[in-house]
Amino acid sequence: MNESMDFLLWARGTAFDVAVAIFVIGVIIRLFEIVSLGRANNLAEPKGSEFGPGMKTIVTRTLPEAGVFKRQPLTVIGGYVFHFGLLISLFLFIPHIELFAATFGFSWPGLPNPIVDAAAVLGIVGLLAVLWHRLTNPVMKILTEKEDYLVWLLTFLPLLTGYLAYHRLVNPYPFILGLHILSVELLLVLFPFTKLMHTFTLFLARWYNGAMNGRRGVES
Amino acid sequence: MSEATLERGLNAFREQIDAPVAAFFSSCVSCGMCAEACLFYTETNDPKYTPIRKLEPLRRVWEQEYTISGKIKKALGFARPVTDAMLVEWRELLYDSCTMCARCSMVCPVGNDIAYMVRKAREGMAASGNAPADVISAAGRAVKIGSPMGIKYKALEAQIKHIEADSGEKIPVDVEGADYMALLSSMEVINFPEYIQSLAKIFKQAGVSWTLCSEAFEATNTGIQIGSSDIARQLVQRIVDGAEKLKVKYVIAPECGHAYTSIRWDGPNLIGRPYNFRVLHILELLDELRASGKIRTENLSDERMTFHDPCSIARKGGVIESPRRLMDMVSTNFVEMKDHGKWNWCCGGGGGVSANTDAEELRLKAFRRKKEQIAETGAELLVTACANCRLVIEEGLEEYNVEMPMEGLTELVAQHLVVDENVEA
Repeated sequence: MNESMDFLLWARGTAFDVAVAIFVIGVIIRLFEIVSLGRANNLAEPKGSEFGPGMKTIVTRTLPEAGVFKRQPLTVIGGYVFHFGLLISLFLFIPHIELFAATFGFSWPGLPNPIVDAAAVLGIVGLLAVLWHRLTNPVMKILTEKEDYLVWLLTFLPLLTGYLAYHRLVNPYPFILGLHILSVELLLVLFPFTKLMHTFTLFLARWYNGAMNGRRGVES
Repeated sequence: MSEATLERGLNAFREQIDAPVAAFFSSCVSCGMCAEACLFYTETNDPKYTPIRKLEPLRRVWEQEYTISGKIKKALGFARPVTDAMLVEWRELLYDSCTMCARCSMVCPVGNDIAYMVRKAREGMAASGNAPADVISAAGRAVKIGSPMGIKYKALEAQIKHIEADSGEKIPVDVEGADYMALLSSMEVINFPEYIQSLAKIFKQAGVSWTLCSEAFEATNTGIQIGSSDIARQLVQRIVDGAEKLKVKYVIAPECGHAYTSIRWDGPNLIGRPYNFRVLHILELLDELRASGKIRTENLSDERMTFHDPCSIARKGGVIESPRRLMDMVSTNFVEMKDHGKWNWCCGGGGGVSANTDAEELRLKAFRRKKEQIAETGAELLVTACANCRLVIEEGLEEYNVEMPMEGLTELVAQHLVVDENVEA
């Protein structure tokens, strides 16, 4: 019990601080890496504006076009299910919010535990579904690289260990809680250097797409 | 293009990498949704045609040289370099199986503008000697002779004389101080001279002061198709010189998709300065003339008609509503295809694909998408506004033994035009 308590304290202490620091600095560097490349000043007479259409596309790309949805519903549904499950578990579980409050100094209301529990299950099921899809769908197979499995695992482990810890399914409790925290730290450390960065860069990508099309008078 | 080498190709890739490209590659999660928007995938079910995969050479250069993690991986020896063999394999993916129609760019959930990057990747392919031979020779003709089909002004002059003799319309050439300078595509000169006659008829009626330019009549731009900004710049410069010499206020892009992209959107960026004239697509101008009451139509057809949106004009050019208002000027029975406007499906021959014989078999397979779309409408006449789409669709329909007459929208407007004999030329 003492060893697992020490492990938990280490995971919760030094390791956590280091992971958060790498995450924050890494994300800032990666975003700077992208934005600092800049883009050429466009000299063609615009047909529409850039800013508004860019912001609009950030929102509209959240929903799929009907035709591609019909062709690949599992990609869309699986994607929604695991993202919502993950985000609800991460941001609306009360102990997580308390941790955010302790780390960053602000908080927000959470959801009752049974709802978060259901969301975590959906997150796990959704992730398993998209993994199965990735392993069987010919288009995804040809696109998939080792990194895709790595980021899948980095996302899956915190949900799985969190679920095991919450339901006290592994003993001793401090050990599984420590593992849960460690899995999150792994996620944080690798986040800036993997495809997990899409969490932030998709806002840039969607904005550029909407802005460049908006300039030509097309809503994208 | 003489000393094309891998190193020059890689340098061209490097020059093309900007913030949008980096944001796009950073955001891709390999979900594969782009494939479902691409007719080269939907009609073949071959996953190698997945749009984002076509960019793998450019992506590798970005990852290995423009990201921290990529640089570390490269230093540790984990990076897979872009090789000559890889680029040879990617020729089919970047040229034969992509028309830069940008449908994938409209569906990507993270917002990647894939067509924007294909255009950029082609710069590296051309610089490394991997552009298709047919399109390279077309580009050579465009630079040396003045048109990709090798048509000189003499050929146009002969057509003009023909049209003037047949129709009695006057085709003004090299008129300094005219308001509008019309551009043509060689295909219109050779295959669809009716377009030129239609312009003459409509502009006479509307009182539009216009001219052709003997030194710059060709609007198509092979440079943007193969991915050579150098060639593209020379071809745009010819038009700019012509327009400035004749001191026109407007240049009119013809019924040709990529010509519009080239002169309207890419041109000023290629020559490095804004124009001192404005560029309008012919459909935009006709719609303006309609709105101001300068042209009217009569004897509207009740034939069931549908309209094929050329990708470069609609999805990539924002000319979406004008053709619909013009269709209503000529037909009482205009029906839309299921996916139309910015959601249209490409004819399969844009972006240089129709000029590339290596791509022919694949293009005809991909054409099934358009064929089905047309069939669903039950239309008796197919209208479009791009000479290349028109030839590609005519050929595709012939291949599948479908009888379907086609017409250019400008010609249709001219056919139904109310002609007031008192109008002075």
